[in-house]
Amino acid sequence: MKYILSFVLNGQPVDVLAEPTDTLLDVLREKLRVMSPKRGCDEGDCGACTVLLNGEPVRSCLTLALSVAGQEVMTVEGLSKNGKLHPLQRAFHEHYAAQCGFCTPGMILAAKALLDKNPHPTREEIVEAISGNLCRCGTYQEVLEAVQAVARGEYAEVKE
Amino acid sequence: MTEYVGKPIPRYDGIGHVTGRTTFVDDIHLPGMLYIKVLLSPVHKGIIRHLDVSAAERMPGVAGVITAKDVPGKNAYGLIPDQPVFTPEHIRYKGERIAAVAAVDEDTAMEALEKIKLEIEEQTPVFDPFEAMQPDAPLVRPEGNVWVFNSGTTRKIRLGDVEEGFKQADYIIEGTYTNSTNDHAPMEPQVSVAYIDETDRLAIHTVSQDLYFHLGMLSAIFNLPMNKIRYIGGTVGGGFGAKNDIHCDHVAGLMALKIRKPVKYRLTRHEEMLYTTKRGPWTFEFKDGVKKDGRIVARKVRTIHDTGAYSGMGPYVVDKNAILVAGPFAIPNIWIDGICVYTNKPPASSMRGFGIINGTSAEQLQMNRIAEAIGMDPWEIRFINAWRDGDIGATQFTVVAAGLIEAMKRAAELAGVELPERLKAMSSRGR
Repeated sequence: MKYILSFVLNGQPVDVLAEPTDTLLDVLREKLRVMSPKRGCDEGDCGACTVLLNGEPVRSCLTLALSVAGQEVMTVEGLSKNGKLHPLQRAFHEHYAAQCGFCTPGMILAAKALLDKNPHPTREEIVEAISGNLCRCGTYQEVLEAVQAVARGEYAEVKE
Repeated sequence: MTEYVGKPIPRYDGIGHVTGRTTFVDDIHLPGMLYIKVLLSPVHKGIIRHLDVSAAERMPGVAGVITAKDVPGKNAYGLIPDQPVFTPEHIRYKGERIAAVAAVDEDTAMEALEKIKLEIEEQTPVFDPFEAMQPDAPLVRPEGNVWVFNSGTTRKIRLGDVEEGFKQADYIIEGTYTNSTNDHAPMEPQVSVAYIDETDRLAIHTVSQDLYFHLGMLSAIFNLPMNKIRYIGGTVGGGFGAKNDIHCDHVAGLMALKIRKPVKYRLTRHEEMLYTTKRGPWTFEFKDGVKKDGRIVARKVRTIHDTGAYSGMGPYVVDKNAILVAGPFAIPNIWIDGICVYTNKPPASSMRGFGIINGTSAEQLQMNRIAEAIGMDPWEIRFINAWRDGDIGATQFTVVAAGLIEAMKRAAELAGVELPERLKAMSSRGR
């Protein structure tokens, strides 16, 4: 049995057919072809599938798709505006905060959720915010430095 | 060139990573693509007595089923090609591949796997390498449970006369050290996408860390010349040695060749953890002869590596380990025997510094044990025995450009350890 699921994805309304057993990750990747959320463990451990649901980081592999009806979902595809990178994207790039890049989209969204609420976090608060996002290559230090650089205002948003 | 030295340069793939535009293999979707699931052995050891896939083939939504019969070339791969893509008869570890189904989606493929009729005559497995080495142990492989090197059932390293060295020693210090199995757990699980391209070549999008190495194996499995295989790689979501072995490309390629449609085969994290190659477990048995002044005069090491049911990179790993396990120390008498043992477990293979860091961890623990046994500072025991230029290494080579003493001085500095003057005065340039 399929249902029409309507929600807001990166600012745009979308309608998609979903089964009750589909996760948000299934719908994003396999149906809508939004590929930045990654299927790492598919059971809520690794954080590679992190998306923002109404601004809060969630594991899209543990979120049933139909439960996001009418709500706002953001992926990394929605971060850059007209080709201009978000400060976190520029900082991650310039601080080499990605090695293989598989955890990067989830990591950036976890950092964004933090900075949106707390623009000047302490080191410990950043560590806490990204603690659910595993990076097997070991770029945690660079991620930390990238987020700190954004918090210090070194990557102030380019005004359009 | 000098304008680049000492300056950071932007990564060519960095923008792709931060925008989510980097295309990993699981991000590839092709029109009409089918999904593969594989029937894995539910038992650790046995013989397939009956295999009937016809009900699975007839199931709606199923595009094809393949078994060992569908391997047109050599049904074996690996550095030492001894592991079948699909086992035709003998099951040597739980998770060994038996048959693969391609269907419209993974749920349908899994349902079809349930319809495969499989009868296995279960046999007694052996999991412990020490048990497997016993003469009456169940045989993992018909040729025996111990790998045969050119030098016999052990990889031998000999320098001087170890028994003579023990006689000169004031202390004999023994220690046994073990490492357990590790999984690499790259963030990106194993996955492969295969299809017949517009020029009738078999195209495979791979997560391989070793494109040309694997291309040769795939060419043998498919019985296709290499120029008929388009092997597309380069974007790897972490490997750490897990992608030094083929886990999906052979299955996906064989299926695409049979059904002539695009296919994707991806492992779940569960399948990857339980059934793919690992850093294999080791046991290291050290016996050292040490003088009162801290000099090690004899080192005897027996290493036992559990390589699982197939060679993987086991013999290569044991070889490398044997060469390095005595450590970067000037020891005049060295005796090493490396043993590579088969057990009914998934094959052990490469993982970061394979063969090296397992041995180093054991050898460094043994250095601490020596220091404790003779009442010497752990830094000092290492400084006294460290290689100097002109020393002779375990494999009878002359050490040049030694640097351990300088590295240890720097490490002490960074760790905030104040070394005694007599150690600070030492140099790798001479003793």
